[in-house]
Amino acid sequence: MMDYLEMFSESLKTMAANKMRTGLAMLGIIIGIGSVIALVSLGQATSQSIQNQIESLGANLLTVEPGAARTGAVRGAAGGSTTLTNDDATAISNAISSGQINTVQTVSPEVSRRAQVTTGASNTNTQVIGVTPAYATVHKVDIASGSFITQRDVDGLARVAVVGPQVVSDLFGDGADPVGQTIKINGQTLIINGITVSKGGSGFSNQDDIVYVPLTTAQKELFGVSYLGSIALEAKSSDVMTDAQNQVGYFLLARHNISDPTQADFSILSQQDILNTASSATGTFTALLAGIAAISLLVGGIGIMNIMLVTVTERTREVGLRKALGAKKATVVAQFLIEAIILTVSGGIVGVGLGIVASYIIANLTSFPFIISLPAILLAFFVSAGIGIIFGWYPAKKASDLQPIEALRYE
Amino acid sequence: MATPIIKTDHISKVYRMDGTQTVALSDISFEIAKGEFVAIMGPSGSGKSTLMHILGALDRPTAGTYLLNNQNVEKLSDDQLADIRNREIGFIFQAYNLLPRTSSLANVMLPMTYGGIPAKGRADKAKKFLTMVGLGDRMDHTSNQLSGGQQQRVAIARALVMDPAILLADEPTGNIASDQAAEIMAIFQQLNEDEGHTIVMITHEPDIAQHAQRIIHVKDGKIVGDSRAHKQRKARKK
Repeated sequence: MMDYLEMFSESLKTMAANKMRTGLAMLGIIIGIGSVIALVSLGQATSQSIQNQIESLGANLLTVEPGAARTGAVRGAAGGSTTLTNDDATAISNAISSGQINTVQTVSPEVSRRAQVTTGASNTNTQVIGVTPAYATVHKVDIASGSFITQRDVDGLARVAVVGPQVVSDLFGDGADPVGQTIKINGQTLIINGITVSKGGSGFSNQDDIVYVPLTTAQKELFGVSYLGSIALEAKSSDVMTDAQNQVGYFLLARHNISDPTQADFSILSQQDILNTASSATGTFTALLAGIAAISLLVGGIGIMNIMLVTVTERTREVGLRKALGAKKATVVAQFLIEAIILTVSGGIVGVGLGIVASYIIANLTSFPFIISLPAILLAFFVSAGIGIIFGWYPAKKASDLQPIEALRYE
Repeated sequence: MATPIIKTDHISKVYRMDGTQTVALSDISFEIAKGEFVAIMGPSGSGKSTLMHILGALDRPTAGTYLLNNQNVEKLSDDQLADIRNREIGFIFQAYNLLPRTSSLANVMLPMTYGGIPAKGRADKAKKFLTMVGLGDRMDHTSNQLSGGQQQRVAIARALVMDPAILLADEPTGNIASDQAAEIMAIFQQLNEDEGHTIVMITHEPDIAQHAQRIIHVKDGKIVGDSRAHKQRKARKK
């Protein structure tokens, strides 16, 4: 019996002599494994990214919106309703203080419009939101420079603004720090007091393309309205979201003197509702990609199997010849097995590397998080390697059981 | 007659396929002495190749006994037969059967890989035999870069490299031009006369058979003639 080093070198010689066959088999393994890893990574990164974006809007968030009243046949356009007022927000705050509402911790009354924002040199059309300090807590807004809207700003109708990084780059150029400079909105001059930290992402609404002003300033000086666009509420925990929805709902129904909940002139949306919808959507997407990955694995596996099987005639003859020249059965089988192992393991390592590199490139191009799934790597590697080894070994085993002359004459 | 190196006793070979039986060899008995140069002749389908494969331990007979160097081949395991093929028999196939896309040198070294010859001496030994068959300048050529005659000579070098007592050649000149055939027969005669190799060769060409000392005729799976060569071979040493 030859030693294993000899068999190893004989296997390498055979592989080198049959570069086409070796290359094609390896290609099947590389593509099979690489595509599975890249697709699974893409699926997980996408759902993670969507989840991150939704959570960046604020966790445990409830939004009270005006104007779902079904009075008569005409339903008012969303945003055009005037049923939520500052007094509603104050009443909810008071109810929290008195313990009447015990599932909500922060109340953020808001009013927003799109408006043209100008400086001396440039201008941009963006979202202007009138807020109180509670907004930063509820929506998880962080300040990169300067400070956020304060209660004093709100009480004093201060002509100040806090701007998002997108607005900064649109108006002042990338990397500028315009704190202390002025902008004009609807003819009113406001001093920039702060810049928010980028929340990243574009998604359905760009969290960086926003100008924040004091709620009172927005209502009286900029938009000339007395009502609210919405009231955002932060529940105490994700477990009490439904309770919070109910408590606030009945509280406002009572305040608005509406006895039938179906006639409510407002609606309450839960962040969880949006998250659930998004999760089921991304879940479908991940399942789709996993399906494509499974097909890739199958196609790769069939590719490996085919290249191993189309050469079975030549390989059977080779086994016959080696036996005719004095190779023992176990030696020939071991040699072919070693060849299959070298082929699948080296192809597998290249495939795993390629899959990781592809995932990394996708993550960089899309700003998705870079996620590598170990189970996907292991599954892809072992399925491909298993197929490669079985179909490399089995024909050799079968051929080695024949008399040398039968194997040599195999057709 | 000297000690028989090959002795067959009522050998037969029957192929069964799809319920029909094909008798390839029936009741073959003969002896070949050490140092003989024997030609086996017969029309195609006569069973001469089957006989050769049995003599070369590449196949097993259906019935009868075959003694190779006084060892009963039927009683040997597959691995023992592999050793015999490696050390005692050099087989030259009609279709050459070289490893494709592999150099002449590597092809000739292959039996040594399986024969436990130390790796160090293999290349030198293979080169010696390739030079002997006149391919000293074609060592790195792969099989498909060689002509039929050159491939046949690589196969001869491969058959000789383990220094086997018996050389079995199945139509060694069947696929090659006549001038190359003459060269190959010259090599055979030299091996037989100078080195004392026992040679058994299948051929259907009478003038090739004339190089042998003895001609066995096979027809329909049976021996129909066994004669010493009448013509005195030229340059034969007494």
